[in-house]
Amino acid sequence: MNGWEIIRGLGVTLGHFFDTYLEDIRWKGKRYRTKEGIEGRRNASVRGAFTIQYPEEKLPVWEEFRYLPFLVYDISAEGEREIRCTACGICSKVCPPQCIWITRKKDPETGRPITKPEVFAIDVDICMNCGFCAEFCPFDAIKMDHEYEIASRSRDGNIYQLEKLLKSKDYYHSIRPNNSSREEKEKLEKEAEKLKKSESTV
Amino acid sequence: MSEQTTAATDPLIADYEGKIQRDNRTGFDGYVVPVELLISFVNRLKNERGYDYLSSITSVDYEQDGYFEVVYHLYRILGGESMTLKVRTGRETPQVPSLYHIFPGADLQEREVWDLMGIKFEGHPDLRRVLLWEGFYGHPLQKDWKEPYFEEEIKPFKSRWPEGEPSYAEDKNPFADNVQYPADFDPTKWRESSESRLYSSLQQAGASILESDESDKIIINLGPQHPSTHGVFRMVANIEGERIVGLKPAFGYLHRNHEKIGERNTFIQNIPFTDRLDYICSMSNNLGYVQAVEMLMGLQPPERAEYIRVIMAELTRVINHVFWIGFLLNDLGAFFTPSLYALEERELILDVFEEVSGSRMMCNYMRFGGVVRDISPEVLEKIRILVNDRLPRKLEDFERYLTNSEIIRARCEGIGILTQEEAIAYSASGPVLRASGVPYDIRRAEPYSIYDRFDFNVAYATHGDVYDRYLVRVQEVKESIKILKQAINDIPEGPYLAGKSQYQVRVPAGEAYGRIESPKGELGFYIVSNGKPNPWRYHVRAPSFINLTGLEKMCLGEKVADVVVILGSIDIVLGEVDR
Repeated sequence: MNGWEIIRGLGVTLGHFFDTYLEDIRWKGKRYRTKEGIEGRRNASVRGAFTIQYPEEKLPVWEEFRYLPFLVYDISAEGEREIRCTACGICSKVCPPQCIWITRKKDPETGRPITKPEVFAIDVDICMNCGFCAEFCPFDAIKMDHEYEIASRSRDGNIYQLEKLLKSKDYYHSIRPNNSSREEKEKLEKEAEKLKKSESTV
Repeated sequence: MSEQTTAATDPLIADYEGKIQRDNRTGFDGYVVPVELLISFVNRLKNERGYDYLSSITSVDYEQDGYFEVVYHLYRILGGESMTLKVRTGRETPQVPSLYHIFPGADLQEREVWDLMGIKFEGHPDLRRVLLWEGFYGHPLQKDWKEPYFEEEIKPFKSRWPEGEPSYAEDKNPFADNVQYPADFDPTKWRESSESRLYSSLQQAGASILESDESDKIIINLGPQHPSTHGVFRMVANIEGERIVGLKPAFGYLHRNHEKIGERNTFIQNIPFTDRLDYICSMSNNLGYVQAVEMLMGLQPPERAEYIRVIMAELTRVINHVFWIGFLLNDLGAFFTPSLYALEERELILDVFEEVSGSRMMCNYMRFGGVVRDISPEVLEKIRILVNDRLPRKLEDFERYLTNSEIIRARCEGIGILTQEEAIAYSASGPVLRASGVPYDIRRAEPYSIYDRFDFNVAYATHGDVYDRYLVRVQEVKESIKILKQAINDIPEGPYLAGKSQYQVRVPAGEAYGRIESPKGELGFYIVSNGKPNPWRYHVRAPSFINLTGLEKMCLGEKVADVVVILGSIDIVLGEVDR
């Protein structure tokens, strides 16, 4: 009785079809393009249609989501940008596809190297988004971004230079609040400890 | 390893009067067998000591000592100690006798060694290149072979820091100029000969298999661009009417020489590359690799990390098998609707992966000595809901609709049979092996991580056909859920990483063969370190690649339409087959 199996199989699809509409009614039209609706569709209790209708709606990304690195800068008391990166080169050494290029800045007068990057470039065509650079950076200077819509018409601009990579501390805090608060706390603790040590030695 | 105790006393080795020596280098293990004794020794190991399962064949180039070493890993299918054999051969005319006639499972593996390392296997009936094309110049895993666009021997490259001047790779390596061949070679005069060799070997083999009633045989190509082959995979089939009388897989279209890349990388840089092997099960690949390196380093991850690893590895198994069930229906002709229903479960689990690791598929989650970050109570709660409610419910649905479905039974029962003896001989592993009546599961046979603590059964079936492979996978998902329930209940608090994560790890000199039961079968990593920051040799024993050895056997006498299902039942991922 092969016919029966086909009907049974079609019944599964039909059930799925009706589930979708029943769910729509249950949500009273709020199932699509609302935050709760999107959350409701990535939940284990979901019934019926499962899809997120990109690009009209977008899934919110997790804090740990990683896509392409960027460099973090602070704003000093004078309102100037302070790049956290010291051009130590750890990120470029650990990078598996070797897509990070760094050159140290030189003092214009003495010619001595100073701990700031002159060139910092990432070939985003090669980057494999592994997140090692952010993981091993001792200064919390390079972090992974959440911005994933980076399609472009040509590959010419795909070696990101320093200016394009720089993003503010506030932006970093806005995409990774937990991580950045934790790092801030650790930094303050370390500084307090340093202060204590220097006081005790004096 | 564990065979040290039996070594001195085994009379079998004493019989050879000192010609078979232990490998005495520190950190190394196993026996060094002279080339001329290999066949006799392996025969005796198989017949008298019960080493009936050839797990892996690989090779190492000891350039500084002037020889190649072929490394064999043998196991007993009933469990027990492993046996590592090494055969050395000079670098000028490397030649080793083939084990094809003792272990047919050596077929593709010996071809791979010939292809990438350039060691000839005497007596192999069809020694063609397998991953690269026949016109390729050189054997890339030899240490003195360099790619046309060669930067430096090892990473990190000096050009990146501190004098980094960014440039596009294709400027240095322009298209059409990125090939290399010997000076006396003229590419315009070159004639492809591998295809005719492939076809003629198929014709010869085909004639002797079926008693023909004088009808013509035709050779047809299924793939490489065919939706049913799960990627760019080609099957060259010799058919007589609707029946298959001979079939050879042809692949390597996605080849990127993962192993050469791995030898250029530092140890930690390899972790994200393993994600890209079997991209459905990246967590399992991570686990296999870090475990092999941890064996070398003598590192023990903390309790919590072990539990997290088991949870992730088992969730991966659920993903893989559920995904496979969906695609089995695809192969049977129910286009895409059922497989998309199966993808729902996968999507929910991938959400968990993304939350903990930052990426859905390229997880890069494990580190030497633990995992990269802890999992939060919310994630655990999410997994608990999945494991206790959603997955069992969905699995029950699948079973209700599929297991007794007349269409599935008619199409799958008795198709693609691999008998118990054949499965062992062809070095099949994972669900393919277990569906043939061999309840061999590395989680039970040689427990790694903390698998010895969990209560689970090894799923197996006895007929060795496509339907049994389906049953085994369904059963395995259930057992995985059982393990997950226990792991979530028992997971302790504590550190998730031993020590601090370092970007340069010290790996002492030596070798390690770490193997795990990945969802597709036995995933092994053979690593040789010489104490430097990069591995000297990095080999992947890819389960879906080696499971393909038995493909021809499964397909003989079947109809063309069933070949698609049989290939699907092996569960291959081309990222892993082609490496």
